[in-house]
Amino acid sequence: MEIELTEDQELFVETTAKFLERTSPLPTVREWAEKEPAGFPAAWWRQGAELGWTSLLVPEEDGGGSVSGRGLVDLTLVAEEMGRWVSPGPLLPTNVVAAALAEFGTDAQRATYLPGLLSGASIATWCLGEPGASALPGAVTLEATRRGGEFELSGRKGAAEAAAEADVFVVAALVDGEPTQFIVPADAPGVTVSRVESIDLVRRFATVAFEGVVLPPDSVLGQVGGAAGQIERLFELAVALQCASMAGVVDRVLAFTLEYSFDRYSFGRPLASYQALKHRFADMKMWTEASLATAAAAARAVDSRSGDSFELVSVAKSYIGDRATAILQDCVQLHGGIGVTWDHDLHLYIRRAVQDRALFGTPHEHRERIAGTLGLEETNGR
Amino acid sequence: MVDDTAAGQVESVEEFRLRARTWLAENLPRLNGRTNSQLMALDEMGIRARELQRTLSDGGFAGICFPKEYGGLGLSLPYQVAFTQESVPYEMPVVFNTPTFSILAATLLDFGTEEQKRAHIPKMLTGEELWVQFLSEPSGGSDLAGLVTRATRDGDVFILNGSKIWSSGAFRADYALCLARTEWHVPKHRGLTCFIVKVHQPGIEVQQIKMVNGANEFCQEFFDDVAIPAENVLGQVDDGWTVATRLLQHERDAVGGGSPYTSGIHGGRGDRGIGRSDLVTLAQATGRTGDPRVRQLLAEARVSDVVNGQLIGRVTKGIAAGRYPAPAGSLMRLYGATSGERLTDIALEIAGAGATVWEEGDLAGQKGIEFLMRQGGSLGGGSNEMQRNIISERVLGMPREYAADKDRPFDEVRHNTAPSRPPGREMAPQG
Repeated sequence: MEIELTEDQELFVETTAKFLERTSPLPTVREWAEKEPAGFPAAWWRQGAELGWTSLLVPEEDGGGSVSGRGLVDLTLVAEEMGRWVSPGPLLPTNVVAAALAEFGTDAQRATYLPGLLSGASIATWCLGEPGASALPGAVTLEATRRGGEFELSGRKGAAEAAAEADVFVVAALVDGEPTQFIVPADAPGVTVSRVESIDLVRRFATVAFEGVVLPPDSVLGQVGGAAGQIERLFELAVALQCASMAGVVDRVLAFTLEYSFDRYSFGRPLASYQALKHRFADMKMWTEASLATAAAAARAVDSRSGDSFELVSVAKSYIGDRATAILQDCVQLHGGIGVTWDHDLHLYIRRAVQDRALFGTPHEHRERIAGTLGLEETNGR
Repeated sequence: MVDDTAAGQVESVEEFRLRARTWLAENLPRLNGRTNSQLMALDEMGIRARELQRTLSDGGFAGICFPKEYGGLGLSLPYQVAFTQESVPYEMPVVFNTPTFSILAATLLDFGTEEQKRAHIPKMLTGEELWVQFLSEPSGGSDLAGLVTRATRDGDVFILNGSKIWSSGAFRADYALCLARTEWHVPKHRGLTCFIVKVHQPGIEVQQIKMVNGANEFCQEFFDDVAIPAENVLGQVDDGWTVATRLLQHERDAVGGGSPYTSGIHGGRGDRGIGRSDLVTLAQATGRTGDPRVRQLLAEARVSDVVNGQLIGRVTKGIAAGRYPAPAGSLMRLYGATSGERLTDIALEIAGAGATVWEEGDLAGQKGIEFLMRQGGSLGGGSNEMQRNIISERVLGMPREYAADKDRPFDEVRHNTAPSRPPGREMAPQG
């Protein structure tokens, strides 16, 4: 989160935090994870949509609107809070698709799909990654073949968040070897969604199979063969949201682990009084502040479409992806045996962070993206 | 000139940047592949740096964030950042940055009398005065308030005796801020006084210390009945700890990279992602840019630099806005030092055997030597362990460490002693 927020943003974060605390505290999140097929009741998501969770990346003329004029920065405030509460809900996929429609959709496409997404009545997901492969912009292999003026899609997409709940997908594919995105209704003939197991107990993921799905020309988002830029754009939005979520996770876990160190006594002293532990908390505080800083910088860059957004999302993802899991496991260690029990909430946070770390590029893969920007092949310096 | 035009409009950062770009191209020599760090090593006495600082001053680009009444431009940090970015290809007098501008001028601004500020800050900005800090002593580094250099009042002067160490570049410096004990019958923090001391004067001997990388930057000073005029007290007598605490905060901010008073970059390690990393040059020189492991290391180094800058931005803003306590500056200092250790390791890895056997001038060989000084950044300006104490106790509010000297008069506390003369001067030759 930004260290300086506008008054409107402060109010917005507070409203979202209070809503989450009231409606979905951790015991409720656990209960929903077990009993609700989607991980949340539909009415809860609609209430969130009323608070603005789905409208921040959509311009006012399409029924959306941001809090501060920087819609993605506003949305990362929600993502960070949802990290703190390990909240369910398709925040990332729905917003990425809403942004895709708002930025690249035709009037008809926007009019068909945006109202439902904005009100929370419908849900969407973005199908980028493929089973067994990484969800990276350059890794798309799913092919759509031309059939007269139409397209036929056959193949599979993997790890699609909330796909079983989604009413519509944006699918990244290749036409004649060139990246092209399609809007595919979930009930189109030939589409099969199969839920998969996921380490995050709270959110839901699925594999989507397309068997001879016939797509009319007006299902193409933007230009046939011209989607490389939009895929990169959506990828950056997704990664910025993941980073905010992970930063929220570590900030919250560090806070309650610190509290625990004050309350827990051994040898007649609080754990917080041991220098060996104090120094570990100091390191974790530094990494957490750095995580919050780099997540905020990535959000700003993507929001303003600045030239360095490609690099800054990868900086943030590789840094936080590595640090978050290290901090969380150290917090388990500081809790002692209780930290590896089912009843303690720590594992819910670790599951969330591990899931975010792996999807839309691992830290390793994001470092390779960065390596590609360093000018290693140039023979002379700047 | 810089601020108000005839129309009363303030020059924007971008207008300032463009003006700086033109001025730099016309007035400063280009680096042409060298770094300011390398040039600084060649300019041992800072003669070249003083000329360059004078040039900046004459051109109206010195002291961008310093108040106008003391010779600065009175502008905000974004102007300084823009200037530094534009200055990357040019020779810059970076030796003035730390400690002169970022630590000592900053402390003078906080505590100096009007006379003290007017006497010194304009001269720093015109390149006439380089400063140094006399803080650490041979008797101990981390427990600064336990120092034993003595200043005894004698009418209008204080008489200084003792020794200071780890002062950087004292041999070329003109003035020092020196912390000394003026009262022994009170707890340690309450008997210290901060003095402005002319470095080159009778009674002060400066010795350079040779480090493992061959550098002679660090010094030890010996004070033998040095008379300091009472008007050179900075802050109040016996309240030097208040001054020192602020000075150390400026030091942490400076070492962490968060000072508004520095200008230009050193080149090589620690430039926070501004300019091209010499690790890239190193990987090219060793022919390993295609090695996936090396590419990971180069990207990790880049991430480390970029996040460093982002953390500085966040913590600096947080302190200014009152959302974080001032000791949060230690977060930047600890990040800078620990990431610096990692960058040194990465350089050694990429350099391979070239870090141990090399032809003169090879970058890989330089990386081997830098590895020998790997811990330098984690020791200077308060060790990493001290920073971790500060963060845990004063940022996170965890219980303070036990101190045997707490609330006890200093002369009743067990402490080390320090030599007041160079070793061997008053003793029979050994062997």
